Amino acid sequence: MNAAWLTVLQRDLLQAFRRRSDVATTVFFFLIVSSLFPLGMNPESETLSLIAPGVLWVAALLAGMLSLTRLFATDFADGSLEQMLLAPQPLTLMVLAKILAHWLVCGLPVVLLAPIIGLQYALPYEALQILMLSLLLGTPALSLIGAIGAALTLGVRGSGLLVALLVLPLYIPVLIFGAGAVAASQHGMSAQAHLSLLAACSLLALVLAPLATAAALRISVE
Amino acid sequence: MKINWFKYSSPQNFYPLAGRMVPWFAWLAALLTIAGLYVSFFLAPPADFQQKEAYRIIFVHVPAAWMSMVIYIVMAAWAGIGLALNARLSAMMAQALAPTGAMFTLLALVTGSLWGKPTWGTWWVWDARLTSELILLFLYLGFIALQAAIDDPRRADRAGALLALVGAVNVPIIYFSVKWWNTLHQGSSISMGAAPKMVVTMLTGMLLMALAFWMYAIAVALMRARCIILERERNSEWVKELVGAEICGSQTKTGVNA
Repeated sequence: MNAAWLTVLQRDLLQAFRRRSDVATTVFFFLIVSSLFPLGMNPESETLSLIAPGVLWVAALLAGMLSLTRLFATDFADGSLEQMLLAPQPLTLMVLAKILAHWLVCGLPVVLLAPIIGLQYALPYEALQILMLSLLLGTPALSLIGAIGAALTLGVRGSGLLVALLVLPLYIPVLIFGAGAVAASQHGMSAQAHLSLLAACSLLALVLAPLATAAALRISVE
Repeated sequence: MKINWFKYSSPQNFYPLAGRMVPWFAWLAALLTIAGLYVSFFLAPPADFQQKEAYRIIFVHVPAAWMSMVIYIVMAAWAGIGLALNARLSAMMAQALAPTGAMFTLLALVTGSLWGKPTWGTWWVWDARLTSELILLFLYLGFIALQAAIDDPRRADRAGALLALVGAVNVPIIYFSVKWWNTLHQGSSISMGAAPKMVVTMLTGMLLMALAFWMYAIAVALMRARCIILERERNSEWVKELVGAEICGSQTKTGVNA
């Protein structure tokens, strides 16, 4: 069981490594979107730091969502997804490995890059730490919830836009708590309540999302 | 005596039953709407001191908001039954309910902003209730869009059902997150709880309208379910016979007229 889990994880990471440009696209998207906002408005440091938590979180959310369609599509196209469905090892576990790989490839770079963008938004040092911490706690939930949407729209026409429609409303709690944590620390309040709720969202998603994703895959591939 | 509980779970048996039920619910909806509107326009206290005549919007707004939530729960329940028991008709009911639910959500949002303009002085506030109602509309639209995008009806049913269940799990989380977000950001300047205490006639009007909306929703959902059944089962014998008979009937009628 562990072997299957590790094999899927290694395989997905290797695939991502061999197609580095796909990963770079996600990261560049995050950079570009978050750089556009100051251009569309008056770039005073006060205004920028006011909107920074929301803008950075929405950019991270959109960047993670863009790469969702790729999560199962290539495996579906070359038939390896069917093999996973037929394998004796639990599908939930292999789905979890794929989601983890997706997060490592698309979520983690955003977490690491966010402080640099945060500097451009004139965020204080304290808020930068909270920003990174909130992204670290929250982006796994984005990958987990997004996987359900990706599995449901597998092989459906216009799946890229459809995923956005299905997944974005479900992302709202993560966005609220994530951006709320940064805003709280900016106002000199403790961000702990927001961070705890964010971790709770991720843990709940960790339990339920792989099950729902596995069920959705069975429906889609059948 | 053995009762066959599942007799009407077959589309063939349900189709005529739904057909017989639709007029009843439609008439009830019409009568209750007339009664409800009469109470809300003529019996309810004339022109509220603070809100003027605009307060009468709530006779449509509040029942519509109730229905938007009830229909989502019913829809998710039908979807869950359809997924668990693999029952086609349950999935069809879920599909038939979705547009009505979305319509009531939109109605609640539109009437809410029409009421908000004269009363609160603004079309829209990022109030917890308004925001979660808006998100509910997004959930409905996602469900409808997913079902519309999948060509294979069985897959569409099951994918939609899973989405409805995921949404149902998320609805309370979304509601509380929005509520906390709201209370943190703005010291809720306006709250629905501050509205003047309700008079009995107002409550009666609201309940009558809510009942009318229930009846309307049932009637429309049944009508839509009948259409879905005909479309899905078009290759089965009984639909061919039924539709064939209707076409022949209309042809002979026109023949007689000519």
